[in-house]
Amino acid sequence: MENFSKLLSVDYLKIYARSMLISLMTTVLCVLIGYPFAYVIARTKSKSRQLLYMLVIIPFWTNSLIRIYGWRSFLGNSGWLVKALQYLHIIQEPVDFLYKTGTTVLGMVYCFVPFMVLPLYTAIEKLDGSLLEASSDLGARPFHTLFEVILPLTSSGIFSGCIMVFIPCLGYFFVSNILGGGNTDMIGNLIERQFKSANNWPLGAALSIILILLTLLLVKLYQKLGGDMENLGV
Amino acid sequence: MRKRAKEKRKKGLSVAFCSAVYLFLFLPIFVVVANSFNATTSKPYLSWKGFTFDWYIKLWSNSSLLESFGNTMIIAIASTVLSTVIGTLGAVGIYRYKFKGKGIINGLLYIPVVIPEIVIGIALLTIFSNTGVPRGMLTLILSHVSFCVPYVIFNVRARLSGYDASIEEASMDLGANRVVTFFEITLPVLAPGIAGGALLAFTLSIDDVIISYFVNGQTKTYPLKVMESIKSGVSPDVNALSTLILLGTIGLVVLTQSGLLSGKHNKV
Amino acid sequence: MGTIVEMLGVNKRYGSNHVVKDLNLTVNEGEFLTLLGSSGCGKTTTLRMIAGFEEPTTGTIKVEGTPVEEKEPYERNVNTVFQTYALFPHKTIFDNIAYGLKMKKVPKEEIRERVLEMMEMVQLTGFEKRYPAQLSGGQKQRVAIARALINRPRVLLLDEPLGALDLKLRKQMQLELKRLQKKLNITFIYVTHDQEEALTMSDRIAIMHDGIVDQLDTPTEIYEHPATRFVATFIGETNTYDGCVTSINDGIATITLENGAVKVKCDDSFSILEYATISVRPEKMRFSKEAHEGFELVAIVKDYIYVGSVLKCIVSLPNGNELKIERLAGQELPEIGSRIYPYWEPEDAVLIHNDSYKIFKILDEIKLA
Repeated sequence: MENFSKLLSVDYLKIYARSMLISLMTTVLCVLIGYPFAYVIARTKSKSRQLLYMLVIIPFWTNSLIRIYGWRSFLGNSGWLVKALQYLHIIQEPVDFLYKTGTTVLGMVYCFVPFMVLPLYTAIEKLDGSLLEASSDLGARPFHTLFEVILPLTSSGIFSGCIMVFIPCLGYFFVSNILGGGNTDMIGNLIERQFKSANNWPLGAALSIILILLTLLLVKLYQKLGGDMENLGV
Repeated sequence: MRKRAKEKRKKGLSVAFCSAVYLFLFLPIFVVVANSFNATTSKPYLSWKGFTFDWYIKLWSNSSLLESFGNTMIIAIASTVLSTVIGTLGAVGIYRYKFKGKGIINGLLYIPVVIPEIVIGIALLTIFSNTGVPRGMLTLILSHVSFCVPYVIFNVRARLSGYDASIEEASMDLGANRVVTFFEITLPVLAPGIAGGALLAFTLSIDDVIISYFVNGQTKTYPLKVMESIKSGVSPDVNALSTLILLGTIGLVVLTQSGLLSGKHNKV
Repeated sequence: MGTIVEMLGVNKRYGSNHVVKDLNLTVNEGEFLTLLGSSGCGKTTTLRMIAGFEEPTTGTIKVEGTPVEEKEPYERNVNTVFQTYALFPHKTIFDNIAYGLKMKKVPKEEIRERVLEMMEMVQLTGFEKRYPAQLSGGQKQRVAIARALINRPRVLLLDEPLGALDLKLRKQMQLELKRLQKKLNITFIYVTHDQEEALTMSDRIAIMHDGIVDQLDTPTEIYEHPATRFVATFIGETNTYDGCVTSINDGIATITLENGAVKVKCDDSFSILEYATISVRPEKMRFSKEAHEGFELVAIVKDYIYVGSVLKCIVSLPNGNELKIERLAGQELPEIGSRIYPYWEPEDAVLIHNDSYKIFKILDEIKLA
């Protein structure tokens, strides 16, 4: 009972809200970056398409923690970015880019953009080129073709990409640990703490039930929108 | 003329955009590789003190780091083998047979893929602690198998969807019994899907932090070792090992992919 | 000529779906038998039951006199050529063809000899090391046939083997298959939905319709004496008329149609007041400018269609039904819109028992009861 009242305390509600906000921003950014990117590589005609695709996967082969740590050393107040900006006289004093919501979002986008690109790539690659020609033949400007033909036909890829980004993002505690430095705690950090330091397993389990319910809800929504479960998975 | 200029501008724009995204994806990897050559010896090893290969030598005397890497490899190989066998048989079984609850099993397969890893991690932790299984190598391998199996199934199933089941009938028609047919026909034709699934399982296993973090007990894997050292600053020998792992994986993949892609039978 | 395959009272059900209904079929040694029908008629299921991929729900299948329902496909001395070819994509052409012999543990030297000989027979010499993906449709087809024939089966089952080929290649392969069959003297059971293919290649055709064999006979008999209304309309073009037998004199029946009476040759199985269908092929139709004795049909010429050496004349009866009449091109023709009197020689038309007649009979019986 005590746990449940804690679940609804103001501090916790703030963290839920922040988690949702960070996940949402991550998802939106992933779509905005991932879609045009996936479109260009999926529509590359030559053999290099296979290579371009592989280049999206290669970063996975370096430990994700160490890559996030790479961002930290790049963005930190004695990091390379600050040095470069000072060298270019854009800034005079060192600026700390770390420990902000934006930094956590950047790390999350970094971790999850491939999960958006891969389903989009699959959906766009299936798109029949003659449909685009037909659309422009019938008088549609590129802008109209995008909204009338391309987006509707690849919407399944967008949906599955969003599912694959939004939900796992909620639990990725180490990104906010490394880049957010405790200022951007998410629901995942709360759960981790209950199991690893606070030793309050029941509370941790209760928190994870929130995540499970949210997952089921979003998957249901995904299916309602006509999403196919088979499109999930890499 | 105007049309051509427009095309050119469009092309330039997309090349620039994609390059920026690739830069974004590879930037931290450059940082990692660069730091592995950093001559600094003071924590947190961030300021650049010149170029050195020292860390690649010191690496071999860092026994706890090497041990954690060894653990990661043992876990990755064991869980890849197990999840590939289970996943392949599972995919073939689901594809071929109709049984009660098939729809439910199909649906359940997606849960580990979408649900936050932390939920799987604490679920496994709870199971292991309730059943009294001592946490360590065994629980790590079991956990890795459990999250790798669905990915293997998806990969093999993707291969199966373009699979003409009549080639198995043809094999039996030509005098091969079911066992011979499985090894002569089914397995070789599915091989690219199985290899893809195994590669994915291996990648997921060596990179896993979140689930391992909950079920490891005293056993340290390489990612957990990294996590531990982050607080005090990651020393460049860890970067050196990461660089070597990256090179090793690229080598392995180039080797297997070229072997698979050069096979003339890729298109069924 | 002995019997090689025998199906006795074979039924196949998938749940409530009754696909093959009480099938009795005897295939003679060395013949080319075609199962012809539209999709879903049960022809492929029948073939798959002989091959052993499907088990009959009830009934017996005998190959060379021994029942085989319990035997696995690999224990049967029959081989199949699949519609999709089903070539093993990861094996070379040589290994594909050698597969059956390898399973029989034939010595390597002999395998090599026989495969090369077989490849020569199907004109694929030089393709040993290629993979199926590198072949054209026609070449794949030949590999599939070679792979089956090398096992010297007593019966070869072919499931629409030419379905995926273009028309020209199909015609060529039809002749090649027929030639191979004659040369090797192997029984072929061939499944197709293409009636022309069936007519060209077969010794006998079994026309399947809704899980039942409507007629099993030589191509000529099937074309000239269709046993059912379905067979008459399925094979070739025909004109059908439904009517009632009003009198029978010396084997010539007078049938009263909606548009008047006509005459047809008939046998003893028909009786007066029976409902029946007449089938007359377009090339057997005649017409004149005055009424022909015994025929009361009147029609208006609607259109002419030139089809190379022949010309099709479309005429319509007062009730709106259209008839097709074939003429050699170059003959003098009545103008479109003019009135003609269609007729035929009574022996050129076929009288068929009308299925719906049975319903009337049943209704009568109910009334009597």
